[in-house]
Order: sequence, then structure tokens, then C-alpha cells
Amino acid sequence: MEKPFEIVILSGKGGTGKTSVAASFASMAENAVLTDCDVDAADLHLILTPEIYRSETFDSGAKAVINTEKCTSCGLCMELCRFKAIELINDVYIIDEYACEGCGLCKEVCPEGAIDITKYEHNNIYFSDCRFGPMIYGRLGIAEENSGKLVAKIRKYAKEIAQKNNAAYIITDGPPGIGCPVISSVTGADMVVAVTEPTLSGWHDLQRLIELVDRFHTSVSVIINKFDLNQYMTDMIENNLKEKAIKVTGKIPYDETMLHAQLEGKTINEFDPQGLPSKELSKIWNTIKSVIYEPKSI
Amino acid sequence: MKIAITSGKGGTGKTTVSTGLFHIITRYLKYNVQLLDCDVEEPDCHIFIKASENCRYPVTIAIPEIETEKCTFCGKCKSVCAYNAIIMLPPAGYIEVVEDMCHGCGACLYVCPEKAIRENIKSVGKITHYDYYVQDEFIEGRMDVGSALQTRVIRETINHAGEDGIILMDSPPGTSCPVIATASKADYVIMVTEPTPFGLYDLKLMADTVRQLGKKHGIVINKAGFDYEPLYNFINENKIPILGEIPFKREYAEAYSKGMIPADSDVELRKIFMGIINSIINGKTL
Repeated sequence: MEKPFEIVILSGKGGTGKTSVAASFASMAENAVLTDCDVDAADLHLILTPEIYRSETFDSGAKAVINTEKCTSCGLCMELCRFKAIELINDVYIIDEYACEGCGLCKEVCPEGAIDITKYEHNNIYFSDCRFGPMIYGRLGIAEENSGKLVAKIRKYAKEIAQKNNAAYIITDGPPGIGCPVISSVTGADMVVAVTEPTLSGWHDLQRLIELVDRFHTSVSVIINKFDLNQYMTDMIENNLKEKAIKVTGKIPYDETMLHAQLEGKTINEFDPQGLPSKELSKIWNTIKSVIYEPKSI
Repeated sequence: MKIAITSGKGGTGKTTVSTGLFHIITRYLKYNVQLLDCDVEEPDCHIFIKASENCRYPVTIAIPEIETEKCTFCGKCKSVCAYNAIIMLPPAGYIEVVEDMCHGCGACLYVCPEKAIRENIKSVGKITHYDYYVQDEFIEGRMDVGSALQTRVIRETINHAGEDGIILMDSPPGTSCPVIATASKADYVIMVTEPTPFGLYDLKLMADTVRQLGKKHGIVINKAGFDYEPLYNFINENKIPILGEIPFKREYAEAYSKGMIPADSDVELRKIFMGIINSIINGKTL
């Protein structure tokens, strides 16, 4: 293979089992680089328990700050700010740092030069090794932003390490939703594996995710987790995906051993290799591998 | 009083708690209530709250367009743009705004000395008002697929809230800007968690976030029953009130999968939800 094949695990709805699936793939893929791009709430490291050998900080956005001594209370900044991020409280103009997007318009317009833009670097990127290979993951600072850029940076590092190691795969545990960190995870990836559950919410959210992934012309296949919780919904999802020509690579039964594996800090394949979930996940991984060598069959 | 329903980890039961509380309050209690679905990337409350649509409002931003004929390629717009959304190649006479990166702040428009920039309206989402037991009781924010401006849609959704009564805000998962956009506008934050290692780890992150925001807060444990000691130790050590515990039952999971509100038919669950709302309202935990 010329370049590492990048598989991103997504779901739309949270809590469908992305991280358990990603950890399982990690344990089966020999020669992979692993990443956790759910930078809001990264959990993959709880299972893969990597040892960090290096970390670096990363741009976490910018905020405006008003120097109250220079401010003459003309109010121009508040009038022009489109994010409603400037408030007048007790005759003092202040920035609502949670609403400010750091655009710098207020700094431009201030006739007194009383506004500065402060940049922050409170996001972190960790370089580590775990029992299944190199792992790169991110951690957003508390109440910081820029998750999209952070995801792009993590994926860039993962690609570099994968190329250096001649790795066959990059396996990425992605974020929930369909917003900027998801867009950033999908851009340029080779394949999306969407993990869903047989619920109306799971299906609703999956459809929005598929619509998003379609725009990137990235191939997508689906895993239905806990499929036996509602067989009717599982059938409905399968039939609808068939119409969209999207492949269901596997269905994992609801099984408490998944939780017990998590409690032990193990992947399901390590914890209960003979159990139904492990067997299904091996089958899924083999299907994915075969598809990689014949990308047009999906 | 605005109450945000959050969780670090996805799938712990935010929507179950939001819709359950909303339904119980409007049907059984005397308070005025409004539900805002602020999980604009994946809004799911409408699946459970079968309400009739009243009206819709677009959420838009103004995207600049540069008129190449008027442009002198001075580069002021490019250097003021904080989002690197302007691409300029003077030798080729090329200048363009990358729409997906633009936040619509208007800085380029302001600095352009040639008045070569005008703005076009672009949709990033929509807000829908629904009538449930009462008019406009349920408001949904929904981001357009492909947009990355979730926080804009969230803020706009919250602007549609009424002034009085209890306003429940179903938040997106995680701890980053979309959650901040919701929780920073709340008077009280409910953190929904589950007794698992992932649930606990993400709860810790959420608790840090809520403390940083300086918001009053409490915990709802969903899928309870499995005695995961580290979770209870964390809650005790940090003296965070437990507002209620929703037991794990297969029938709840099944009702959820069909888009039903289990608290509607289950007396035990209804009591748990009333307990949650009472402990917030009566100030026991404030």
C-alpha cells in the first residue's frame, strides 16, 4: 500500500459505541497509528492506556480585551460587534469572553486603540505509544475553542508518523455530531465507519451524518450496535441504508461484557475473544480490510 | 430560570432528561416551562415531543463578496481576517472569500478602503417554534448540514426563549464551544452521567467546565443500578448534589428507541423527575 489508509469512526449521535469499536479495531489492526479526535471528551486512552512521550500546546483561539483606562465609552465596538460579545455593565464596556470569536473588528474600529486581541494556547496534543502502536490524541483546554483546527493538526501528525513507520492504517476515534470537528475529521479521510444504534434518535442523527459525509465523497459503511435492543428499528435502518446503497458491515448484540471490558481497561477482543461482540467485530474488521484492497466494492 | 442539561460524554441521557422534565412539568406541575433544543448538530427532542409546528425562522450570516473590478489588492481585508478566509493572488488578479471558513464578522467590509466588498446572506440553520400543551412551548435549533457555525445557531436559539418560567436547554455533548454557548447562558447546569469509566472521565471534564463558568450545578445519574464506586467517590469528594438516579431498565431503553417518554407511563420514573425539578426549584441545591 502506498499511503496509510485512514479510517474515521463517527456516529452522529453520541454514546453509540464509537470508542469501543475504535479500540477493538486498534487491537486487530497490526501496524496502525491510532488517534482520538473527540477532543472534547477523549476516552480512547482509558482503554489503550498509552504512555505519553511528548506533548505540545496548540492555539485555542483569541479573545478581545478592552483596556478600561483608555476606553472613552463611545460604544462603537458594541454597536458593530456581530457576535453580541460586548456588554455595557455599570457604564463599563466589557467583553463576554464566551461569545467573543476573536475576529478583531472591535480592535480595528476603536478610535482610542483601547482594544487588544489576546491569543491563547490552552489546547494540548499528546504523542504516545500504546500496546497496539503509536497513538496521538488531543485535549481541548477547559472552555477553549478551535476543536476543528486541533483535529486537523492531530491528523496531520498521525499521517507523518504513519508514513515514517510505514503503517498500513490510521484509525481515528471521531467526535459526535456533524459540526466543525467532525468536518475536520472527515476532510481527506479514506473511509468513514458510522456506529449507530437501533433508536429513532440514532437513525435521525445517522442520516444527517451520511448527508455530511456524502459532500466529501468519502465512502461510508455502518455498524449497528446493540442491534437486538429493537429488532424492528434495526430492520428499518438496514432497509433504508440498502436503498441508499450503504453497506451495513455488521451488527453487534447488546452485551454487558462490553461494560466489563471497559471497567478492566481492555478492548472487547482482549477481554472476551470468544464472545459474540468480539466475533462480530473481527468479521467487520476483515470486511473493512477486504474493501480497502478493492475500494470500489463499497 | 434557565437550566442547561449537559454531559461530557454523549449518549448518557441528556435528551431523556430534558424531554422527561419538560413533559412532567408542563403536564403535572404549575410552572410555565419552555424546552429549547440546543443540540443543533443533532437535534432529537422533536422525536419525543410530538408537537405541532408553529413557525420557522432562518439563521443567517452575512458572507462577503469581493468585487474584483473595484479591488486594488491592497491586502487589508486579508490581513484583518482572523480566520484566514481570504485568498489573494495579486499577479493573477485573483481574490476570493472561502465561505466555509468565514465567520461573517464584517471586519473585511469595514477595512476595505475601496468599498469593494458587499455581503450576501447565507443560511446556517433554522429555528422552529412548536406548540405542545401551550403555544411556543418547544423551540428547536437546527444547523444546516455542512455548516460549521453551530455556536451561532445555538445563541440564536437561546435568544428565542421567553422571559419567565423554567427554560430547559438540551445541550450538545462535549465540553467545547457549543456546550459553553449553552451553559454560559444558564442559571443552573444539570450534568447527566452514567456509572461507567467513560461516563466518569467525561463528567470530571464537565464539572471543571461548569466550575470555570461559575454555575450552580447538580448531577443526574442515568442507567443507574451498576454500583460503580469511583463515580460515587468523585461525587462525594466534590460535594456535588445528586438530583436523581434513573435506574437502567430494558423497558426504558425500548421506549426510548421508539421515541416514547417512559416517564409518561411509569409512576416510579415520574417521581424521580419530579424529585429532580423540586430539588432545583426549592433551592436545596442552590
